[in-house]
Amino acid sequence: MITFDRFVLDNGLRVLVHEDHSTPMAVVNVLYDVGARDENPDKTGFAHLFEHLMFGGSINIPDYDEPLQRAGGENNAYTTNDLTNYYCQIPAENIETAFWLESDRMLSLAFSKKSLDVQKKVVCEEFKEHYLNKPYGDVWHKMRELAYTTHPYRWMTIGKQLSHVEDAHIDDVKQFFFKHYRPVNAILVVTGHVTTEQVKQLANKWFGDIPMGDKYQRNLPQEPKQTAARKLELHAAVPLDAYVKTWHMDARLDKGYYAADMITEILGGGGSSRLYQSLVKEKQLFSNLDCYHFGSIDAGLLAVEGKLVKGVKMEDAAAAVDDEINKLQSAIISEQELQKVKNKTESVIAFEDMSIMSRANSLAMYELLGDAEMMNTELQKYHDITAQDIQHYCKQIFRTENSNTLFYYAN
Amino acid sequence: MINRKTAPAITDAVSFNLSLKPCERYVLDNKTPVYAIHAGAQDVVMVEWVFYAGNWYESKNIVAGTTNFLLKNGTQKRNAYSINEYFEFYGAYLNRSCYNETATITLHCLTKHLHELLPVVAEIITESIFPEEELAICKQNQKQRLQVNLKKCDFVANRLIDEYVFGFHHPYGKYTSTIDYDALQREELKAFHEQFYKNGTCMVFAAGKLPANLDQQLNQVFGKLPLNSQPLPDMQYPVVSAVEKKYRIMNDAEGVQGAIRLAQPFFNRHHPDFPKVQVLNNIFGGFFGSRLMSNIREDKGYTYGIHSYLQNHIHQSAWMISTEAGRDVCEATIAEVYHEMERLRNEPIGKEELDLVRNYMMGSLLGDLDGPFQIIGRWKTYILNGLDEQYFYKSIETIRTVSSDELQILAKQYLNPEHFYELVVV
Repeated sequence: MITFDRFVLDNGLRVLVHEDHSTPMAVVNVLYDVGARDENPDKTGFAHLFEHLMFGGSINIPDYDEPLQRAGGENNAYTTNDLTNYYCQIPAENIETAFWLESDRMLSLAFSKKSLDVQKKVVCEEFKEHYLNKPYGDVWHKMRELAYTTHPYRWMTIGKQLSHVEDAHIDDVKQFFFKHYRPVNAILVVTGHVTTEQVKQLANKWFGDIPMGDKYQRNLPQEPKQTAARKLELHAAVPLDAYVKTWHMDARLDKGYYAADMITEILGGGGSSRLYQSLVKEKQLFSNLDCYHFGSIDAGLLAVEGKLVKGVKMEDAAAAVDDEINKLQSAIISEQELQKVKNKTESVIAFEDMSIMSRANSLAMYELLGDAEMMNTELQKYHDITAQDIQHYCKQIFRTENSNTLFYYAN
Repeated sequence: MINRKTAPAITDAVSFNLSLKPCERYVLDNKTPVYAIHAGAQDVVMVEWVFYAGNWYESKNIVAGTTNFLLKNGTQKRNAYSINEYFEFYGAYLNRSCYNETATITLHCLTKHLHELLPVVAEIITESIFPEEELAICKQNQKQRLQVNLKKCDFVANRLIDEYVFGFHHPYGKYTSTIDYDALQREELKAFHEQFYKNGTCMVFAAGKLPANLDQQLNQVFGKLPLNSQPLPDMQYPVVSAVEKKYRIMNDAEGVQGAIRLAQPFFNRHHPDFPKVQVLNNIFGGFFGSRLMSNIREDKGYTYGIHSYLQNHIHQSAWMISTEAGRDVCEATIAEVYHEMERLRNEPIGKEELDLVRNYMMGSLLGDLDGPFQIIGRWKTYILNGLDEQYFYKSIETIRTVSSDELQILAKQYLNPEHFYELVVV
């Protein structure tokens, strides 16, 4: 049970506080309700590039990192398709430094041309390091384009192509900032060795006078229901054939999301999971095989992905995956297997909640979803899923016409 | 209006009174030492069994690593599936890792399930049988994994730079080929397990919300096992560094980035310069505000990240600089690394920069001690390296007091390009 206080500043900034006095540290987490899904299709990768620019100096403070480090703090940030999150951990005595820094970059960036020019290069190197200079690095670019025709999940957070990042202009940066980085579109979470009173005072002092901004109205093109299976074959200079298949699944707050999460565990979670035991160990068709989903807020994808044992035919490997899925659709899972997944979920949540940083992160995430209190009711939602539900959602998700298959052949 | 131009007052982190939570120590009936940290709010626990069973003790390549990998793939009573099923049913994670000197078995679970799980860990330690078909699957899949990794320039660079520094016949410098996998025999794994696990030298680290009777639970399950009764073989390996210092390797003609590694041999933690060099390293390339990051990423944009560090070895370390940079700027990146070495040799570090790094390192240390797993991790490092908590307090003292002059002398002594191996893999 995670206890927290919540209040809203006059400018719409939502603030959550979770006290934990067993640590000398505090975490200040600022989440902005903007991700790669909010990008223009011709300017992809921008939300993530922008995250880099948030460290390039703000209106009153030339350098973000230096004063934070001087106060004994550390920070980082990440961008997903759904959101952008900034967090710093700092000795609690020096927490005001984090308020000063975070509020100034919410007030306004410095919009330095030099910072933009350098960070465009840095992000291009990041793009190369993770997606171009690695075998199979383009798999998810291709798969997203196959699985989504309309929804902006069609591209990855790093962007569709290097040129989108290279072409970013300082005017785009300004426009993006004042559209999305306003108090009314942000959530501030403070955890650790602090009190709610102290945070109220500091939040009002540093964030209180920032103009509210306009609430961003998200109006994304929705993905039409897929009606026919899609397939793509690729050939590349890789050592092994790879198989990737995805199916559309429910959005983050739907019951089907929890079921899908459990289905990925049953199929691919650990050494006793079905796909691993059957296809890696017994049939030896794959040398590795994973089943997972992306935790997306809008309707996302459930994926099965693996590399084939040399000499195995792609069609045989694909048919074997289908067989395992058919078993889940046709026979109800045992109480023991259901209990195993629920035990795992309980354990995952307990380990996740260990640090004040991940607690801050989770509170911000659930607040974004609509209510931070969901952090305490999440486990129950998993417990409520029955074996019948699992079967029902397997039938719903794993329909052929809902599938996207990528055969990635070694040259 | 508030003044946003001026930073709020801070308490210098160097003035913090940092302490390392003492760990509880006891010894099981068979002399197995246990180190425990009882802390944390969540009802979770981690227990780690550390064996001196790393590749230091193998007589043939990857015997140690494969023995460790296959520990939970079959015992006299259970096959691989039922072992996994047993732990996963309780939502527990049983991991194993092989390092140079040591190899570990690590259990993470909810505290309430610990007593159900310990006996099966003991079974793995004493009764693993390394079935032939499990070895065959492991060989096949590991060879495939290796083939994929060999396409990555960072993977290739990491192997080669260690070889240049330590020599291919040193445990820190050797690496694996598909031929090594083909040559592996089941009997070799069984013999290695018999000597270095079942009758091996073992210690236990536990942390989290521990059950009150943990000592009894551990003693009951592990206290009678034949651990810690045989002396460890005394294995010594000479470091044979390469003669040639500069290497340019072409791994992928189409590659858009190069993996750059620069390294020189360095002392282990017992050398008096080690804690001071940690501070110097931080300034050089040890954190986001370091000189390498500020220059090569934040000013030039040549890379997504560049880091320098002292390798975490017990017998001997190496000072390493590591980055992936655009193919056309690899040589320029290396020139800038040498330029930063030159600045550290020729110009004293200013007070402001040194104060910042002192505070950053203290704050980071404070953050690193947040939570039971982090605290036991630090204890483990000290114990495996033959150090005690005095090392912790000495490091803090060094962070607080090391002078700019001392750091410049160290830079002159150690940061010379001619001492570094230099490698680019494209």
